Amino acid sequence: MNREANAGMAQGASGSGADVVVSLESIEKSFGDTVVLHDISLSVRRGEVVAIIGPSGSGKSTFLRCATLLETFERGSLSYGDLEVAKSGADGRAVYAGRAVQREAKSRFGLVFQNFNLFPHYSVLRNVADAPIRVQKRDKAEAERQARAVLAKMGLAGKEDMVPCELSGGQQQRVAIARALALNPDILYFDEPTSALDPELTQEVLRVIRDLAAEHMTMVIVTHEMSFARDVADRIVFMADGYVVEEGAPDQVINNPQHERTKAFLAKYEG
Amino acid sequence: MVGMLAQGFGVSLQIFFLTLLGALPLGVVVALARMSRFKPLALVTRFYISVMRGTPLMLQMFAIFFGPYYLFGISLGTDYKFTACIIAFIINYAAYFAEIYRSGIQSIPQGQYEAAHVLGYSRFQTFMLIVLPQVIKRILPAMGNEIITLVKDTSLAFVIGVAEMFSEAKALVASMKNLWAFAVAALFYWVFNLAIEVVLNRIEKKMDYYHE
Repeated sequence: MNREANAGMAQGASGSGADVVVSLESIEKSFGDTVVLHDISLSVRRGEVVAIIGPSGSGKSTFLRCATLLETFERGSLSYGDLEVAKSGADGRAVYAGRAVQREAKSRFGLVFQNFNLFPHYSVLRNVADAPIRVQKRDKAEAERQARAVLAKMGLAGKEDMVPCELSGGQQQRVAIARALALNPDILYFDEPTSALDPELTQEVLRVIRDLAAEHMTMVIVTHEMSFARDVADRIVFMADGYVVEEGAPDQVINNPQHERTKAFLAKYEG
Repeated sequence: MVGMLAQGFGVSLQIFFLTLLGALPLGVVVALARMSRFKPLALVTRFYISVMRGTPLMLQMFAIFFGPYYLFGISLGTDYKFTACIIAFIINYAAYFAEIYRSGIQSIPQGQYEAAHVLGYSRFQTFMLIVLPQVIKRILPAMGNEIITLVKDTSLAFVIGVAEMFSEAKALVASMKNLWAFAVAALFYWVFNLAIEVVLNRIEKKMDYYHE
């Protein structure tokens, strides 16, 4: 699937389809009678960091859940590289691919949750190494070696044999990031990764994400940390009431917002 | 006297272990059926659990022992006694276990399923590797109660003439014209339950290496 980067995007519309890691087009999603996503499109190029900001209830998390197959959408299409996970059928409704394709897609992304969702009965090492071993059927010794390396990179060397409840929230979230990275995904999603943490712990998690950005890890981050979003993101998407209100380079969206809705939202964050 | 009681206790233990062997896994199946999104299955299972918990185990044993003859004219011989007793115990206890499993399964946060889903675990893997181990830790106290009750419930098998310890004790009391056999039988039950408590405590401790 050679899809051009999203129309109306402020930058880089020339990126070729092969470089697009994920492409969501015209996503529509409702819960009952309430439409929570109106015609949302997003495509992310390799190495790009996209931050999604917006007030609570704007649909940011639901959008992320659609991209990670935790929710299904009614209209629109979703593809990971050449892998078509859902496409628009003749009547405009989204048609999902079979289980095999969905499974393949899941190996291409990782998701970091707000509440970590680590497996409490597994050691730190097993939390990270288990899916590579059991899902990707990789060699146990090799997977554990890689898990140790990823944990070390997250600043968690020496914690391998602990269980999650023995770690601080910031450490738990870093384990969760390591767990997502261990599957060697093309893209990493973060759903408000620091919202459950106090300010001090927030910084250690943000630092790790910054490091990943410096290594050109492709990421989509839903966050309320405005200064972090401005620093780390190549592009910012502002959502409200299920619409993308504004998107563009961080400078443009955060320092010079065009829409009233964006201005009102940002005013609450700027001192 | 003690020799006869011990012999009877051997039969009690057979009922106990065979019931656990059957009802522990069957309870998982019943719990999953009870939570099935396929409504007719969930409804039938609910009815089954309701009947099993809502009627005396003694009556259920009668029904399974005498049912084949009175309903269908099938004569299964006296050896069927023990089999009928085991069947009744298993299907009765599976219903209780199922409800305990269900309470445990439903207490596992949705986030655990979502994390497993995103990591690519299959539904079977998610249940066996992520959910069930956590459920076991949570339901252990409730299961302990049920298992200790089962030890004592084995005495109900006397109503269809299974020669377990309580039947032996009754016979001994009648022939010896004193109550010592009952006292010794009580001691057997209690000591065995003490052993169960020790084992359960040990398992609980072993699973204490983490909390949520």
